[in-house]
Amino acid sequence: MTPASKGSGMEKGAAVRLEKVLFSYGEAPFLFDVEFAVSKITAIMGPSGSGKSTLLNLVAGFETQSSGRVLIGGADVSIEPPSARPVSMVFQENNLFAHLSVERNVGLGRSPSLRLTDADHGAIAAALKRVGLAGKERRLPRELSGGERQRVALARVLVRDRPVLLLDEPFASLGPALRDDMLDLVAGVHAERRMTVLFVTHQPEDARRIGHNMVFLDNGTVAATGIAADFFAGAGPEIFRRYIGENPDGAGSRDIARKRT
Amino acid sequence: MQHAPSSDSRVTAGIVALAAIALLIGGAFAGLILEGTRDPSGAASAFDSYLFRVARFTLWQALLSTLLSVVPALLVARALSRHPRFFGRGFILQLFAVPLALPAIVAALGVLALYGRVGYFAGVLGTLGGQSWPGIYGLSGILVAHVFFNLPLATRLFLEALGTVPADQWRLASQLGMGARPAFRLVEWPTLRAALPGVAGLVFMLCITSFTIVLTLGGGPRATTLEVAIYQALRFDFDPARAVTLTLLQIGLTFVVVLALMRLGANTVGDANLPVAPRRYLSAGTAESVLNAAFIVLALLFVAGPMAATLAAGLGADLGRLAGESAVRQATLTSAVLALLSALLSVALSLSLVMARRALALSRRNLSRSMDPRTLLEHAADTGAGLVLVVPPIVVGAGWFLLLRTISDVFAIAPVMVVTVNAVMAMPFAIRALRPAYDAASERHERLCAQLGISALNRLWLIDWPSLRRPLATAFAFAMALSLGDLGVIALFGSDSVQTLPYLLLARMSSYRTVDAAGLALLLGVVCLALVLAADWLGRGERS
Repeated sequence: MTPASKGSGMEKGAAVRLEKVLFSYGEAPFLFDVEFAVSKITAIMGPSGSGKSTLLNLVAGFETQSSGRVLIGGADVSIEPPSARPVSMVFQENNLFAHLSVERNVGLGRSPSLRLTDADHGAIAAALKRVGLAGKERRLPRELSGGERQRVALARVLVRDRPVLLLDEPFASLGPALRDDMLDLVAGVHAERRMTVLFVTHQPEDARRIGHNMVFLDNGTVAATGIAADFFAGAGPEIFRRYIGENPDGAGSRDIARKRT
Repeated sequence: MQHAPSSDSRVTAGIVALAAIALLIGGAFAGLILEGTRDPSGAASAFDSYLFRVARFTLWQALLSTLLSVVPALLVARALSRHPRFFGRGFILQLFAVPLALPAIVAALGVLALYGRVGYFAGVLGTLGGQSWPGIYGLSGILVAHVFFNLPLATRLFLEALGTVPADQWRLASQLGMGARPAFRLVEWPTLRAALPGVAGLVFMLCITSFTIVLTLGGGPRATTLEVAIYQALRFDFDPARAVTLTLLQIGLTFVVVLALMRLGANTVGDANLPVAPRRYLSAGTAESVLNAAFIVLALLFVAGPMAATLAAGLGADLGRLAGESAVRQATLTSAVLALLSALLSVALSLSLVMARRALALSRRNLSRSMDPRTLLEHAADTGAGLVLVVPPIVVGAGWFLLLRTISDVFAIAPVMVVTVNAVMAMPFAIRALRPAYDAASERHERLCAQLGISALNRLWLIDWPSLRRPLATAFAFAMALSLGDLGVIALFGSDSVQTLPYLLLARMSSYRTVDAAGLALLLGVVCLALVLAADWLGRGERS
């Protein structure tokens, strides 16, 4: 599947736009002015402290900008609380409540008081089946592997069915093979639901595998944007190439031609 | 903005809790001020030589108790730390935790059963002294009881401090061939000295506000502290003007001590975790081992003595008859109900403050004003419970006693006073059990709850309650034990119609029905100990 083919079809996502969003935590200020394309997977990369997670937190509503606006699907959500924004977010860890079963953790995506209808139960079962966890509904998070836990989080994303999905390094603590599986699952879910995905990652591999677009952050602001494949084809800005450790002539990127699956 | 503190129900709960505490303490102050303005000359004339003698004795006994507890504790803690592995070490540490759980009146009885005029040691002590043993009332009795409580506490705190010496320092000390003396001077003493002001301050604070011990073991005007004098002014002399003066003096005194303690960074709650024994790389020589063993055995005997005496004297009582007595049954029931209510209230108030503090801290972080000073509300939620340390139960009780005596029958509101004052007094302990657990759970759940829109009661029921069950139970059991054993407020407000077990115990003591008192003390001691052990066990399960 090529990036171009993914953009076609019904657009169910919502554009995410940060308009001159200023945020200062302590001393270093962040200033974001960027738009994320509808129904695309945009990888967000950048050195530690460049503001990747802060950007997602601003979109999700966990942080509040001091000035500027956050627009989702054209609507200003700047002052909406997190639960009222049309987004789901998957964190690196702590996506699940340890004392609740898989089923109930997913169910919280439908009702914050866990008052679930038959239709909800059906949706939960279908979502768990989709992420490959059928039969593990009654397990507790501690009885699952790290990868399975993130699958539960994805199942909740499915039942919430919001037009924007924020991924904050959700697979960073998984091994390479497992990470590839999870990336493919995300790509598959995205192909079905066509939500707009903002994907923060440290791994160029991740961005290359499923990212359509790239937003590169440096020093608290957007340093470069473009098509992800172009970045990896050596067309990215100097600062990006230095970050991923490529030689200027591209000799270091030996696996750049690897087929995307 | 979106996380406006007022929109969070946790903050609302915190405000309600703070208001309740403010009402309790404010009402007491209102009573004092009204009484003071009604009879200002009476309050002023109370500044007499008696008052100064009482104030001087209060400070003097606290100072002596602190010295006698802390200095031996240094030696015992070092001895225990030097010998991390010997048979019975764990038992000794467990035993040293028991006084913390025992109601003061039970310990007082234990001391009397051992060293009293007709105590188990009276014969031996009389023979040694060459005359009949006069008993251990007065300053000596107060000191023995205070040391019984505070020597083990200080020992455990010092041992905990020694446990923080990094293992690498011990490795280094052994590699450099340090003997006992240089190791003490270079490794142990700096740690102990750092802990010393905090521990000594805590013990001093506990002794200066000690009521029950002084009431039961002190004797006459020569061995009376401010708190006991307040009680006597209200219950016996009925001299409200004097009570006002005494109370204000007590508040001033504790305020200064608490302020000094906060400067020293002292741990004013005095919790005692069982310290783990780290591996040690220095082995003690024979002479030192013998000396250490002597310290440990002496401390052990001193602490175990009154407990054994309580047990023996209690078993000597006619427990069957006591259990059948309607007064005992009634007092047990009253105690149980009041302690339950008090513990419930204490835990609810504490949880409200803990949640509000966390929510306020988070909203500050979210508003990206992390450099801002904390708001007054957050400060209050953080330290609100600490206020009760400045205002001892007797003082709160005295204020309300004075306020209500003109309006209604003070003895009728005894249950309300006992429940509320004890609930607030247990709050520092409850908060200590709850706050780390809540903050850790919040760290994990906050963003998830915000995103999924889980708030207010949904959150309390689905998320917070399951992750806080154990710490809540710990706080509850501790608060209940504290309330069950308390003889502060009930001493002021108790009457024939409302009697708790400690009150009944005091009554039996006063009427020289010592055997009955011993039986009741055993009952009370066992229940409180069971509760604190349960609290400890529940807390431990959470940590592992």
